Amino acid sequence: MRFAILNARVIDPSQDLDDVTNLYLARGRITHIGKQAPSGFIADQEIDATNKWVIPGLVDLQARLGEPGSIYAGSIASETRAAVAGGITTICCPPDTNPVNDTQAVTELIQRRARQAATAYVMPIGALTQGLEGKLLSGIYSLIEGGCVALSQANKPVQSALTLKNALEYTTSLDTVVMLRCEDNDLKNNGVAHDGPVASRLGLPAIPHSAETTALARDLILVEESGIRAHFSQLSCARSVEMIADAKKRGLPVTCDVAIHQLLLSEMDLLGFNSLFHVSPPLRSLQDRDALLAGVRSGVIDAIVSDHTPLHRDDKLLPFGESKPGIIGLETLLPLVLKLVQEGQLELYTALRAVTQTPAEILQIPTGALQINRPADLVIIDPEGIWTLSEDNIVSEGKNSPFLGWEFIGQVEQTFFQGMPVYKNNCV
Amino acid sequence: MKARLTAPNPQLNELGKLKHLLTLEGLKQHHLTEILDTAESFIDPNTNKIKKVPLLRGKSIMNLFFEPSTRTRTTFEIAEKRLSADIESLDIQTSAAKKGESLLDTLWNLQAMQADMFVIRHAESGAAHFFAQHVAPGVHVLNAGDGQHAHPTQALLDMFTIRKKKGDIFDLKVAIVGDILHSRVVRSQIQALSILEAREIRVIGPKTLLPEHPEVLGVHVYHDIEEGLKDVDVVIMVRLQNERMKSALIPSEKEFFKRYGLTEKRLALAKPGAIVMHPGPINRGVEIDSAVADGPQSVILEQVTYGIAVRMAVMSVIMSNAAQLTQYQAEQEQAALSEVEMENAQ
Repeated sequence: MRFAILNARVIDPSQDLDDVTNLYLARGRITHIGKQAPSGFIADQEIDATNKWVIPGLVDLQARLGEPGSIYAGSIASETRAAVAGGITTICCPPDTNPVNDTQAVTELIQRRARQAATAYVMPIGALTQGLEGKLLSGIYSLIEGGCVALSQANKPVQSALTLKNALEYTTSLDTVVMLRCEDNDLKNNGVAHDGPVASRLGLPAIPHSAETTALARDLILVEESGIRAHFSQLSCARSVEMIADAKKRGLPVTCDVAIHQLLLSEMDLLGFNSLFHVSPPLRSLQDRDALLAGVRSGVIDAIVSDHTPLHRDDKLLPFGESKPGIIGLETLLPLVLKLVQEGQLELYTALRAVTQTPAEILQIPTGALQINRPADLVIIDPEGIWTLSEDNIVSEGKNSPFLGWEFIGQVEQTFFQGMPVYKNNCV
Repeated sequence: MKARLTAPNPQLNELGKLKHLLTLEGLKQHHLTEILDTAESFIDPNTNKIKKVPLLRGKSIMNLFFEPSTRTRTTFEIAEKRLSADIESLDIQTSAAKKGESLLDTLWNLQAMQADMFVIRHAESGAAHFFAQHVAPGVHVLNAGDGQHAHPTQALLDMFTIRKKKGDIFDLKVAIVGDILHSRVVRSQIQALSILEAREIRVIGPKTLLPEHPEVLGVHVYHDIEEGLKDVDVVIMVRLQNERMKSALIPSEKEFFKRYGLTEKRLALAKPGAIVMHPGPINRGVEIDSAVADGPQSVILEQVTYGIAVRMAVMSVIMSNAAQLTQYQAEQEQAALSEVEMENAQ
């Protein structure tokens, strides 16, 4: 199929492109961007995108797809549909599946299911340690050979410094990125909320900043020692941003990301004990939120992720501390990023770069850009489209979103994956 | 971006009156004084005994204790019986939850048995809010202690006791000593004292037993008990909640007593005639010396007695508010109907 997308505002931060022009797609790839059609190009379908935007398909470094493991909170098929409905065409899934993705067999299973679904790239991330238990190293080489694009411990950071040191040093020879989430279990102390005024008022067991920053300090030293390329996932506090900025200044090969909800919500949202706001790491203070936003603006924070975690309704129908942490985010990543742009918190280029070009560069994968001869993974957006998030219009099997009832300006109209439309006007 | 600083108060009905009692936070002075005044009416002024009244005859109250309790549960049961309610007490730890039934299924099943009010104790902060969110309209939830969050009836009975002994809360200096961090009682006491305009609220304890941001509670912090007890009118001791301590927060109970235990000598630093309170259970020789606990300034046992009257008051006020709301809604409906009829007639 050949498509001509006409008169769109084409925005691609990777090539400083922001122009009203046409895109021509053939055999699954972008063949030309420009006012004039390439000679001999006859479109099977022309799409009038006047007053619409075309951007690269988003690259999400952290989204759980519920499979393998869950029988009711999502599957690779359902969640990739949700992804393209939200304009995301590349998804990296952390290894905290059931069974854990610590063997090639699990990696291959994920890839097979993704190929069957055929709506988005699913890039598995392998477990750094067996069963994510932080004790024995996984078959790291086999995982990468099997197709894992990175290694991580998901939300179960290695608590033993020696094990982590060994894991990082072993991995240095494999030219891959290790994704580290920093959390000290002792300092977390079974907490469920940020150690701030709200937790003090509500009597919620609290997690101090130091649970993240002490672990980050340790990990940065081990990263420096090993020389591994490290990506720090889901920063939640101001001090962490400073520490990463300092590490970058010193030339360490580090990058980092933040979950989109950390840029919009704060501990204040916990008043009322709504379990939908229970996330890990916890929603921090307003000052932390502002520092994270500043980190994205300055480029210290490289990427914004959805941290999509579909949960069954019953997992949230519990008192706050007993509920499972996590919220869905595939369908709200782009709308929330656009909201930050509309509110003047982020520049459009900066915001889009953090969900397209940079995450792709971190993983060294050829997506997240509208490049000629690359697969045509792109999104057509109606920038004026107004819509409200409700359980009825969520495609994901999980409905656990704290943004239910929020109104958004800017709607994904159509998503192309490998040159074919996989989502169009509320139809997957 | 604007912060959302407050959440709507889920425990008030359309008339602004209590329909649940989940926390004292966000309540007005009149909400508290109504309860305290009602409690007064349950006590026979001649004998100081608590009268039995038929106010809740025909009403069904279920006591759901997901966490062990003797004192609170017993005083609630006595209060319910004195209001002539039909009561059922369930120790959830040994029942449905053990068989894997979800909390909500348990609640909804009990609700289907025509409960009018649930009295709930649970180990998670916010559990009472959660239940209140999911009960049917017309069913009331009373928080008998949730996690480290709130224990409003205990705080109300403490206020009642202070009022009885001191005449008024206004203008009093109150010191609360001990494990502030883990205490739901303290959070509610501080809220009650603030609402009733106590002159000064002090919390006294080591940093490890105080919340990270005590200033949001509106208190003055003291780490030295001798400093903190100077000139106070009321001393409230709270116990060390060892069951909630997940790490080493104090070296030993012995050292804690040495540093923070209430002795006669320390009590002498307070105002003459200062009263000593303790929500119980007391640990003699850990937070309080026996000579003080049993001494003339102690009102610990009176707190227990008044607990019955105060819990009766809370339940009767909530049920009376429900009746008022029903009447108000009927009147509104009638008024709306009359308006339609008038329009039709025209």
